[in-house]
Amino acid sequence: MNYMNEFRDRRVVLGLAERINELVAGRARPMTFMEVCGTHTMAIYQYGIRSLLPSEVRLISGPGCPVCVTPNGYIDRAIAYSRLHGTIIATFGDMVRVPGSTSSLMEERARGADIRIVYSPLDAVALAGRNPEKRVIFLGVGFETTAPAIAGSIIAASAKGLANYLVLAAHKTIPIPMEILSSDPELSIDGYICPAHVSAIIGADAYRPLAEKRGVPCVVTGFEPTDVMQGVEMLVRQVVEGRSCVEIQYGRVVKWEGNRKAQAVLAEVFSVCDSEWRGIGVIPESGLEISDKYAAFDAEKSIPVKVEVPREHQGCRCGDVLKGKTSPFDCPLFATACTPEAPVGACMVSSEGTCAAAYKYGR
Amino acid sequence: MCLGIPMQVMSINGMDIVAATDGVKREASLMILDEDVQVGDYVIVHAGFAISKLDEREALETLELMRQAFPIEDIK
Repeated sequence: MNYMNEFRDRRVVLGLAERINELVAGRARPMTFMEVCGTHTMAIYQYGIRSLLPSEVRLISGPGCPVCVTPNGYIDRAIAYSRLHGTIIATFGDMVRVPGSTSSLMEERARGADIRIVYSPLDAVALAGRNPEKRVIFLGVGFETTAPAIAGSIIAASAKGLANYLVLAAHKTIPIPMEILSSDPELSIDGYICPAHVSAIIGADAYRPLAEKRGVPCVVTGFEPTDVMQGVEMLVRQVVEGRSCVEIQYGRVVKWEGNRKAQAVLAEVFSVCDSEWRGIGVIPESGLEISDKYAAFDAEKSIPVKVEVPREHQGCRCGDVLKGKTSPFDCPLFATACTPEAPVGACMVSSEGTCAAAYKYGR
Repeated sequence: MCLGIPMQVMSINGMDIVAATDGVKREASLMILDEDVQVGDYVIVHAGFAISKLDEREALETLELMRQAFPIEDIK
């Protein structure tokens, strides 16, 4: 068992699609399920899941792409840091082409800035160790799957006594925005396809308030096509049977209590704060900032820099796409002024962006 | 971004492991994993960290449930 191929069985996908068809046959009102994870966005488009579902079941994408929900001001600040003498910017790959207000990290690199793409924040820590005369600033963007890794990198840098590794943290947490969107009458969400690896960290119990107090079915679902189909089937079943609870489809990875050690590492390094989400605005207690104990590793607290006033791009509908109110295809810029090669907004350029997925797989 | 994928533990050296999938080998840290691992176990590796161990029993149960959706011979 390699845990991938077994979960890509086409016969299972078709069999589950058939069961979903039977469950919804004859229902008057369609049901809408939202996913809030960039990898689910991509998987659903890539595997053509929508084409297998009856019209009574609608899947919409929410704010699941951490790069996309981070406002322009963050990129502008990263760009300002990249222009400082003796500074290396270390980042995950898809941040490099995201447009800021007037430039992007890729454009800055062409102008001579030292910007390195890394797979792991630990690579950035190693970079700091090898370049003691420079400072390395890691761009910490991501939800609860990634935040513990960044926390781990700060603890590792601290253990090594490094004074030149810093993080520009913009981490966000997903359960509170899910609650906010669930009470939006324009969306009328009937259930959530809950993220797979965020849930591996925070645990399926994190969605209990949503399911039990707000009556929104939640199914923690894996990424393979059979996982997505089974997750949708479990949601349909809850709606049809009038239940609303949390269920785990992705049982081989996700536990009810989550990963206690990762949670402890998160709590050690980060504190909860208010956070601004592109398209939604400031959501209280939905972000993570570096705690006072680790302030020396916090780029924003330690390195003063002048940042331009952030500007959003005219006509960009990323905000509405991220809330699930606009489909990429309904954005006037989609595939015309905004393409993966020349993106206007983050949703088109991030590897987890809804528009990028639609452009690549949905046309 | 940096999708977490199942990888098999090939070797363990203190808090670090070497894991592999499809012939690709990668180092990963056990720093944020809350379970013990042995060589041969599968873990989800994300951004250079193991974040969860795969539970074979649960995986088999999930596959069993999925395959109940249909008798194989009925699929054209």
